[in-house]
Amino acid sequence: MRDTERGKSLRGGRDGSDEAATEWRGTRGARTSHVPYDSALAALRAIGRAAPAAAAVGLLLAFNAAFTPGFFDLTIVDGRLAGSLVDVLNRGAIVALLALGMALVIATGGVDLSVGAVMAIAGAAAATLAAQHGAGAWAAIAGALAVGTAAGAFNGALVAGAGVQPIVATLVLMVAGRGAAQLLTGGQIVTFNDPVLNFIDGGFVAGVPMPVLIGAGALALGLSLTRGTALGLFIEATGDNERAARLAGVRVRTVKASAYMLCGVAAAVAGLLAASDIRAADANNAGLYLELDAILAAVLGGTALRGGRFSLVGAVLGALFIQGLTTTLYLHDVSPNATLAVKAAAVLAVCLAVSERVRVWVWRK
Amino acid sequence: MVDAPPLLEARGLVKVYPGVRALDGADFTLRAGEVHALMGENGAGKSTLIKALTGAVRPDAGEVRLDGRVVRPRSPVEAQRLGVSTVYQEVNLAPNLSLAENLLLGRQPRRFGLIDRRAVRRRAEEIMARLGVRVDVGRPLGSLPIAVQQMAAIGRALDLDARVLVLDEPTSSLDAEETARLFGVVRDLAARGMGVVFITHFIGQVYGVCARVTVMRGGRVVAVRDAPDLPRLELVALMLGVSMEEARAIEGAHARAGSSAQVALRARGLRRGRVGPIDLELRRGGALGLAGLLGSGRTETARMIAGSDRPEGGRVEVDGRALRAGSPRRAIAAGVALCPEDRKAEAIVPGLSVRENIALAVQARRGWWRAIGRRGQRDLAERFVRSLRIATPGVEKAAGELSGGNQQKVVLARWLATEPRVLLLDEPTRGIDVGAKAEIERLAGDLCGRGLAMLFISSEVEEVARVCDRVLVLRDGRVAGELSGESVTVAAVMRLIAGEGERA
Repeated sequence: MRDTERGKSLRGGRDGSDEAATEWRGTRGARTSHVPYDSALAALRAIGRAAPAAAAVGLLLAFNAAFTPGFFDLTIVDGRLAGSLVDVLNRGAIVALLALGMALVIATGGVDLSVGAVMAIAGAAAATLAAQHGAGAWAAIAGALAVGTAAGAFNGALVAGAGVQPIVATLVLMVAGRGAAQLLTGGQIVTFNDPVLNFIDGGFVAGVPMPVLIGAGALALGLSLTRGTALGLFIEATGDNERAARLAGVRVRTVKASAYMLCGVAAAVAGLLAASDIRAADANNAGLYLELDAILAAVLGGTALRGGRFSLVGAVLGALFIQGLTTTLYLHDVSPNATLAVKAAAVLAVCLAVSERVRVWVWRK
Repeated sequence: MVDAPPLLEARGLVKVYPGVRALDGADFTLRAGEVHALMGENGAGKSTLIKALTGAVRPDAGEVRLDGRVVRPRSPVEAQRLGVSTVYQEVNLAPNLSLAENLLLGRQPRRFGLIDRRAVRRRAEEIMARLGVRVDVGRPLGSLPIAVQQMAAIGRALDLDARVLVLDEPTSSLDAEETARLFGVVRDLAARGMGVVFITHFIGQVYGVCARVTVMRGGRVVAVRDAPDLPRLELVALMLGVSMEEARAIEGAHARAGSSAQVALRARGLRRGRVGPIDLELRRGGALGLAGLLGSGRTETARMIAGSDRPEGGRVEVDGRALRAGSPRRAIAAGVALCPEDRKAEAIVPGLSVRENIALAVQARRGWWRAIGRRGQRDLAERFVRSLRIATPGVEKAAGELSGGNQQKVVLARWLATEPRVLLLDEPTRGIDVGAKAEIERLAGDLCGRGLAMLFISSEVEEVARVCDRVLVLRDGRVAGELSGESVTVAAVMRLIAGEGERA
């Protein structure tokens, strides 16, 4: 009741019907001169956060333009888009999904180590529902998403409700999650063959691979959910100064719990993609170590590890950089044994380039 | 004039930041055995000068001499080794370590190669005793009052056998008694030949302890005088760069509010820990001052009312309706807003823009789904940037990059945007310069004039007497007396604080 009154008075203030607000407007006249500066600064800030990841992707593309013949070739085979670029987007979708959720969680000042395990549980849930319980494909998908949401809610309850350190709280599910997935599958690799489930990773719409569409859709959904509403502001305020956010009236526990739940759902979708790819649920290996790639992608994408500002576009760019690097190395026949070392070196270079201290040091020379 | 070179001397210091000449050829001289005040508005260049002297920034031009020899400290640590110690306004110690560990960190007495805990304790107790503070040095620093933390920072600098001690607003979180004790220590140190640079916004304190005054404005030194030869009003005029008449107007800005009889908020029997039971009433159009020594329960009372802390007993009513305790959200919904004492920890969200900081509380009350939108936030923020005269290049600037006074105004704007009926201000003018301080006091008066009910907490009795029409004095967590109307005078408040004459 009182809330609606206040909502009115705020709006009323803008068209001048509210007394107090009118007074406060003071000398409000034409738009002030610092507006262009402001818009430019805001735009720069938003780009700035994603800049390291964007620059890394740019460098990678430049390298390939110079040294990888045919990297940018796009062909249409049987009405399907094909080429190395499409491959990067296609293969990068899983880490991109995880990175989107991870960026939100990290922005609240937390971290979610359980996303790889949640992928495994979600995949196991979908596979067993479809293959052993005779459920329809849509029921299997709904089951996987429900499992992901529940896992996120569990993490959120531990972190936001019980006040457990995020790294410890999500470690529980990281370890126990694979156990749960194995219980579901009975320790077997459960295979399925269902046109809808197969379509998730292997299908094409208008020539574009499904994972690319799912990744793009998740990014669009994430952006509208965080920037179209006040959720993004609340997440950033919570991560930057939790006490101040609480005292300003932000429900910090709810905000944190929602971030973990969104992260859980994103992990479940990634789990569906991974299971659909091999048409089976592999409780031991699905999503193994991908939480680390997701954290890396989010951080490369400009989300500060101590919480606060985040960038979803940056997180996706970070994921595409990691996948682009893998694909590039593969195209250049770098032996799989050396791949990890090269990846590590590239990531180290990016991190050093981002480090303020290193920048200052180099400038002084 | 003097034969021996001055203890510390700076000549022609220049420091340019993008867009600002923070130091524009500043000179500074500190003699051994003197307490020297460095005065100026926020942004006058005091902090940059101190940083240049103590190695925290490297000047672009100019030189610093210690005992006549040119020194170029590259870090505060190096400056410390040279004998120049600094105590910053915001305590930069480790809150999880004990007080004793903080005092002696990095140079703990050792025995057989291991840290001698008993010696650490003994040494720490000695240092604190020298400052006249009796406290359990084994307690984690973070659990102690800010005043004690501040004393610990000073104690740490003293233990470094400094020859030059820079105190950057050391008294901003101390009460009158602690300030007096600190001044005693400072005079004692000066008498033993130490040079002390003293930065403060409390003009009265300059005359209490300092022999000479250097006034800065716009990165330059505009005056160096012996304190007795510089009248208070002229000092204000020099700092602000205004005429004596204008300075008189600013100094005398009276914003006394006049309460109506209408009670906006009533608290009964509030208590928590050693504070309470406390009864108080806030009336529409009036400002109730809450005075008392540090630790008398002023902040705790405000926090209980605003739901920051849950009271163990008692109740709060807003406009006759009971307010559920311990929930900032409920309090905000009922129109109660608190600008907390600890701006950095509890109010400013440093990484977010001025726009987002101002819109935060309004948005939180609307819920996450009904977003105000960037345009709406910007209009809201720009309105307050203008009406509160927040000095910022634009509303997209990160709030953490503003000066203390402007951060305080951003916090104030956040709450004014919610159109509160009751506003609780806890030390709203701490650590901000005279100009901004006068503005905030005037603003408090304006707000009351519009029918807001206000609770005003300040360690400065003069300020409480200036702003408030009623004053409640707390002592040891209890109400020691109440003054209203004509009986609100500095002397009367002081008497109640000191405990003479019960219940005025």
